[in-house]
Amino acid sequence: MGDLQVKKQPKKYDVVIVGSGAGGGMATYILANAGLKVCVIEAGEMYDPQKNITQLKNPWDSPRRGASTKYRPFGDFDACYGGWDIDGEPYTKAEGTSWSWWRARMLGGRTNHWGRISLRFGPKDFKRKSIDGLGDDWPIGYEDVKPYYDKIDKLIGVFGTNEGLDNDPDGFFLPPPKPRLHELIIKKGATNAGVKVIPSRLSILTQKIQSTTERGSCFFCGQCGRNCSMAKADFSSTNVLLYPALKTGNVDIVANAMAREVLTNSEGLATGVSYINKDDMMEYQVSGRTVIVAASACESARLLLNSKSDRHPNGLANNSNVVGKYLHDSTGAALGGYLPQLFDRKRYNEDGVGGMHIYSPWWLDNKKLDFPRGYHVEYWGGMSQPSYGFGFDIENQNGKYLVKGKKKEAGGYGVSLKEDYRFFYGAGVGMAGRGEAIPLESNLCEIDPNMVDKFGIPVLRFNVKWSEHEINQAKHMKETFKEVMHQMGAIITWGADDDAKNNYGLSQPGEIIHEGGTVRMGNDPKRSALNKWSQAHDCKNLFCVDGGQFVSQADKNITWTILALSMRASEYIVDEMKKHNL
Amino acid sequence: MDRRKSLKLIATGVIAVPAVIAGCKTDDKKKVEQIVEPTFNLDRNKDELKYEKELLTGEKFFTDHEMATITVLADIIIPKDEVSGSATDAKVPDFIEFIVKDMPSHQTPMRGGLRWLDMQCLKKYEKSFTDCNQQQQIEIVNAIAYPEKAKPGMLQGVKFFNLMRNLTATGFYTTQIGVTDLSYTGNAPTQWNGVPDDVLKQYGLAYSEKEMKECVSFNKT
Repeated sequence: MGDLQVKKQPKKYDVVIVGSGAGGGMATYILANAGLKVCVIEAGEMYDPQKNITQLKNPWDSPRRGASTKYRPFGDFDACYGGWDIDGEPYTKAEGTSWSWWRARMLGGRTNHWGRISLRFGPKDFKRKSIDGLGDDWPIGYEDVKPYYDKIDKLIGVFGTNEGLDNDPDGFFLPPPKPRLHELIIKKGATNAGVKVIPSRLSILTQKIQSTTERGSCFFCGQCGRNCSMAKADFSSTNVLLYPALKTGNVDIVANAMAREVLTNSEGLATGVSYINKDDMMEYQVSGRTVIVAASACESARLLLNSKSDRHPNGLANNSNVVGKYLHDSTGAALGGYLPQLFDRKRYNEDGVGGMHIYSPWWLDNKKLDFPRGYHVEYWGGMSQPSYGFGFDIENQNGKYLVKGKKKEAGGYGVSLKEDYRFFYGAGVGMAGRGEAIPLESNLCEIDPNMVDKFGIPVLRFNVKWSEHEINQAKHMKETFKEVMHQMGAIITWGADDDAKNNYGLSQPGEIIHEGGTVRMGNDPKRSALNKWSQAHDCKNLFCVDGGQFVSQADKNITWTILALSMRASEYIVDEMKKHNL
Repeated sequence: MDRRKSLKLIATGVIAVPAVIAGCKTDDKKKVEQIVEPTFNLDRNKDELKYEKELLTGEKFFTDHEMATITVLADIIIPKDEVSGSATDAKVPDFIEFIVKDMPSHQTPMRGGLRWLDMQCLKKYEKSFTDCNQQQQIEIVNAIAYPEKAKPGMLQGVKFFNLMRNLTATGFYTTQIGVTDLSYTGNAPTQWNGVPDDVLKQYGLAYSEKEMKECVSFNKT
């Protein structure tokens, strides 16, 4: 290694951003449009949804018919590169604990395939400690974030309805799509079970949006998971933020660049980022007046913890010792089966938008329940594009129910079996809860002192356990789902085998891929890493704009709030630079 | 050696079992064709391209004899009918060859299941499955195709047939032939205007006034 040297990029940027997902993409967009010179460091490959296309492909375009691989765990047509296990990039877990870590490795990160569920946090979601005494309040309230939610509703676009709910705020919504057949049945069943159902809120353009002429409107292929290459009608950081930002001429993107450290000077201020180029395996440094980390909650924490210096011996932005702590994910539990009334159903194209047309926001009062925080319910079903797994285990179905009025022997083959596949197609139904967990100091990721990845970067060790709050919540989810299924006359075929032994089917921590809390904001520098502007208490030109900054994450998917907070922090950076404070 | 004879020899214990299959394998295995730069009709990233090329240029998994058995079974499971063609019309055996290489967990159950089937045929009919006549093939398939009435000694065969049925159905209904058979009409630009009126009527459902007012509608043409 005699020739190992660090190449310093001569260009000095106003801002260096690590990560290009929702947080990094929004920061790039706002700062570049404000005229600042931005360098984006991305650990994964370049990706252009206009060229890298899986949308509108047929199942047979994939030799594995859309089955998942190690490289695309959500299926061969899914738009996200990355996964649960990445070669040469291990992580470890403390004994007796579990954590599943999804890492996107591409430009735009996981926004290329996310569910587009775009929920504002409500007023109560910022002040949970004041309500139930658990966790902490945010240093900001709904009124601080509302103007940014309003702006991103208009900039990016979201459909939904103003329902006047006290903790699921109204917004600037495009009209939602009409419910599909199974959704009308679910709505009726859920309502009978006492579960409120309203149109879902997804960042999909059901009509053209006023903010840009570059994006079309949804043509209802149901494939948002593949990213909308054809019409740019759903939100991805690539289609909506990064490529438009590149047009300003103010942005350089360095892909396949794994950040190693945030560099600081003798005064403790950030001066740039060092990274390894995964293509040539050479070491590089890029300098900037301000550094933003947006590498995902856990990668950002890892980067900060690995950025040790004389001025920041405990890692950067970590005088409080909270970086990596309070790690939490959404809870999840699911259940599904069939709607017998949909056997032998009439065919028509009901692909709809990619995701549910209806959902259930949290409808109960936790004061009357044995768990402190709520959950929302997502639903699915219908006649979707056949893919790998289609027709599996028909022997568990075709002997149980009359097929066209005939009693059949389970299993079988031949012309009769073909009739069965047609008969049962499109009758599936399912639902999943996504709930709020309590962020605990003891749930954390930290640097594993014994291991580095293939780039020589120390890796994370996770130590996360669910508490009874989450387990009780999952129990309630399952009871609710069973009642909804019962009310709509559905047959449950999976997810009902829950009990205390399997935590009532509660997902493993990390599995819902809504991780947050590791670089949290707060007013007290002793108990938080960032101030209320997403700015490090200990290093004024360092910001964190991903899920890391979340004090708690509500029973709402966090992307819309990441976008709002990133826009807010970015506008603050522009202001502070104008005032020469940065 | 003539396959029929060799199987008979196994039955009488004259030669060891693996020799026969090994014999089939060396006879049947075709030379691996060099594939020049495969193209994909869907996005592939760098790691995937490497992996896909390895799969495509690697050795075949199934022997010709195994493939012949798979082909007969697949067409028993999904034959041509008045609606659509057969499993082989939809190239299901090729899909099965690919998928076991892509998902190695299927390899042992498939290979072992195929051999189990041949051994059953050998014991009963003194022939391999493919050499059995149609009536004999159906007889053995009937013994493993119905999990709830299969005899206890047949359960390994039931398990194999379930897997074979799964892979055949999935391989079939994810082709143009299969998708047309199911009358799946999506994966095409459209305007979602809600559930068709006749279907709403069939299920006794209707959109509420609120839904009609707030949801996106398109002019019906």
